[in-house]
Amino acid sequence: MSAVVSLPTVFLLIGAVLLMLVVMTLADKTNPRRGTTALFWGLVAADFLLDRPLSDVFGVAACHRLVGLSVIAMALIAGCRGLGAGHPRFPSVGSLTTLAGRFGNRLFVPALLIPLVTVIGTVGLTGSLVAGRPLLDPANPTVTALGLAVVVASLSAWLLLGGSPLAGVRESKRLLDSIGWAAMLPQLLAVLGGIFVAAGTGQSVKTLTLMVAPEGSRLAMVAVYCLGMAAFTMVMGNAFAAFPVMTAGIALPILIKQFGADPAPLVAIGMYSGYCGTLMTPMAANFNMVPAALLNLKDRYGVIRAQVPTALPLLAVNILLMYLLAFR
Amino acid sequence: MTLADVLPLIGLPLIVGGFAFGLNPLAVVVASGLVTGLAAGLSVDQLLQLIGEKFLASRQLAIFVLILPVIGVLERHGLRQRAEAWVAGIRQATAGRILMLYLILREGAAAVGLLSIGGHVQTVRPLLAPMAEGAAEAKYPSLSDASRERIRAQAAATDNIGAFFGEDIFIAFGAVLLMDAFLKDNGFQGIEPLQIGLWAIPTAISALAIHLFRLALMDRALARENAGVAETRR
Repeated sequence: MSAVVSLPTVFLLIGAVLLMLVVMTLADKTNPRRGTTALFWGLVAADFLLDRPLSDVFGVAACHRLVGLSVIAMALIAGCRGLGAGHPRFPSVGSLTTLAGRFGNRLFVPALLIPLVTVIGTVGLTGSLVAGRPLLDPANPTVTALGLAVVVASLSAWLLLGGSPLAGVRESKRLLDSIGWAAMLPQLLAVLGGIFVAAGTGQSVKTLTLMVAPEGSRLAMVAVYCLGMAAFTMVMGNAFAAFPVMTAGIALPILIKQFGADPAPLVAIGMYSGYCGTLMTPMAANFNMVPAALLNLKDRYGVIRAQVPTALPLLAVNILLMYLLAFR
Repeated sequence: MTLADVLPLIGLPLIVGGFAFGLNPLAVVVASGLVTGLAAGLSVDQLLQLIGEKFLASRQLAIFVLILPVIGVLERHGLRQRAEAWVAGIRQATAGRILMLYLILREGAAAVGLLSIGGHVQTVRPLLAPMAEGAAEAKYPSLSDASRERIRAQAAATDNIGAFFGEDIFIAFGAVLLMDAFLKDNGFQGIEPLQIGLWAIPTAISALAIHLFRLALMDRALARENAGVAETRR
């Protein structure tokens, strides 16, 4: 039985918000590239709204084919610098300070409701039923709880601040314009990871590593694994994509089978070495590039620059910890 | 080694090269995927379907789109200014100390599975960065632009580091389950997710110590950068 708030419901909600943004973008005379910007987000919206009807009518394969084409079209639009941003009028800092004084700490309530409802939903409501149906999708508790939390927070903002319940969508256009194409990079990297698996890239890395890596000392091979995890993560933007490749290539055949390492600390610290790479790469757009845009940093690599001096010492610590803990 | 052994790797230099030449990352990633797929012998049609399938399967990554309206409307009503004013009223607050407190809370919460309490859209932009900036501004009224930039970047960095190095301790988190599934797939029995989570703790503590130290250094750098404009408050 389907949940009241299921993953497809959340996708439809995302698609609906994106569709409203597309309409507003088309009407935005301050955006010099409003046509191509609207086309880009229109394609994304379609992939959230139309996947079910498309696969019902034309079949799953045709639906995937069309979505695949839309992804290539998105890449072309972004590659031709087709995404622009509008220049909305925004209240001055002075008038915002006045508003802040008027609304006071009530302003924090909707912002804090998002994490609060998400956590309560994930931890407390997973088993709860509404009219015999589960409230949240048991297979995807966090995402559906977050979807529910956003609806609750939006309603509370409307009640506390007045105005139109859809005012938020207009405001989110300003934020999405400033994030731009980087918003879609995580999803396209997930696609790339899928292609790499289908193409057997992991097998290639294994072959190459076993050939190139010297039959070195225990410490040297620990360092190769940790540094390899960080480097591959930097290219793929995601430690989860690097983990199976590097662990099957180096950790299993060499560190465990040859040197007798304990697997549990090996994989735990290996994954964290990948996370050190995540801190240092623009490919991890949602962690490093999106916040730079959201915070209006002049240096778009500002977040990465702030993280490198933590990531490098930590990577060295990881190599040492793995050497000490995996070979007790 | 044969050509077939290395052809599936062709996408990696394409990504690095595309980025080095400043091409748009979306275009580079898709081009790299297309070339890799074709080089590995997938047909154009198989490749299109694969791209579509994987894109649809990763749509939960776009959930942030739903958070934007709430934050946007709160900002329109002065949320950032309120956060700044609230922190400016706390005398002991400094930018570094606020980020230190947040780092401890964020990493601790992530370690018990409460990963969604933070995040760049819902926490860093509307609350954390304005609070840290507000604290610094209360101390140095003419805070330099370079200092502002440093504080904001460090706020985002602190959120990332707290979340990343706490989350792998929590045994029901995706990464731990991924590692567990990988080990079982490869014939290692008797290793529980709990063990993997426990072995994450030494790195988690090291990350906390290193970044707390760097935040303390940030406070000193702010004092240096804004020397001479410091207000004597007591």
